[in-house]
Amino acid sequence: MKVVHYINQFFAGIGGEEKADIQPEMRDGVVGPGMAFNAGLKPDAEIVATIICGDSYFNENIDQAKATILEMVKQHDPDLFIAGPAFNAGRYGVAAGTIAAAVQQELGIPAITGMYVENPGADMFKKDVIMVSTRDSAAGMRDAVAKMIPLAKKMLAGEEIGSPEDEGYMARGIRKNVFLEDRGSKRAVDMLVKKLAGEDYETEFAMPEFDRVEPSPAIKDITKAKIALVTSGGIVPKGNPDRIESSSASKYGKYDLSAWDDLTADNAETAHGGYDPVYANQDADRVLPLDVLRQMEKDGKIGELHKYWYSTTGNGTAVASAKAFAKEIGEELVADGVDAVILTST
Amino acid sequence: MVKEIERTGLPVVHMCTVVPISLTVGANRIIPTIAIPHPLGNPAMEKKDEVTLRRKLVERALKALETEVTDQTVFED
Repeated sequence: MKVVHYINQFFAGIGGEEKADIQPEMRDGVVGPGMAFNAGLKPDAEIVATIICGDSYFNENIDQAKATILEMVKQHDPDLFIAGPAFNAGRYGVAAGTIAAAVQQELGIPAITGMYVENPGADMFKKDVIMVSTRDSAAGMRDAVAKMIPLAKKMLAGEEIGSPEDEGYMARGIRKNVFLEDRGSKRAVDMLVKKLAGEDYETEFAMPEFDRVEPSPAIKDITKAKIALVTSGGIVPKGNPDRIESSSASKYGKYDLSAWDDLTADNAETAHGGYDPVYANQDADRVLPLDVLRQMEKDGKIGELHKYWYSTTGNGTAVASAKAFAKEIGEELVADGVDAVILTST
Repeated sequence: MVKEIERTGLPVVHMCTVVPISLTVGANRIIPTIAIPHPLGNPAMEKKDEVTLRRKLVERALKALETEVTDQTVFED
């Protein structure tokens, strides 16, 4: 049986961020992590082709990339499509999830992918495809492949996939009827007894988490408003004084912009390690638009530009860290009388 | 981050290139931008044109901040 594998430019050994804009290409046989999959799938199936695409290209041209890659997959008419695993690489996760879901929905070919639970691609696509939960870095490759192979084999054989807990993939929100020894009323009372005793119990019907924040009211008159700049694109004063990490940031920085009308290669740079830094290092206004906001302030188009900007790197940064940073930042902004926030991301 | 800052009651406009991610993280006012490594610029342009492009995007962001929304909204133009 035939398998087609999707990976990014990095795992194909083509290059890092400087090559993240390459367009989709297809090669015969295995490339990079495909070797491990092939070893596990033999002798029943093998990877006949590997599709490679740059992470930035895919995310900046989702529709185009998807269409091109679907055409490539069609040429081989595989029995299974594997994407990734993408670990905690955000753009790779979005690409792997998008294309796996598209192959399954539009071509009717079963697809499997894997990534870290906090990868944005996980929340976006875990309901659509079998998505194995992996570690947050490529150090977890062996473990990820070991989880994906048995699932891949079952999918190839058309066997039923067990529960997410048993098989190591992320819950899709699908409910199945099963027969249990005890009837519902007994199970419910057992749970209640455990709950009253303060013991652990497992609900049979987990409520989905809806963590949405209502939109805040609009600004009545922007020409009187104090606007603050925040970025996850890692823009920092030249030299990165707080040594904000290039990925998995443990902190954010707060910097005085009151003396500046423009960001230049001499006064600012990016600390972010998850995108090609050349353009931001040449002119950081491309990420943090200080120059135009300063001009708008002078022209009276906004009331005032807040004297500090806040910055961190959004590259592999834990959701819990980002939440904690933003909570502190938000509270400070409110205390400083800021009316509205422009947040830029790369 | 967008969501946690907005939770304080301040309106936040998210300027980013990968809109699906912005929607997933719960931004309410979204401005699609140019490219991942240079969301608010385009190195292929003359400096003057690039600033004009950036100003247009920021004006769109300010407009979004002045617009009442009840749900996640992508401000295309």
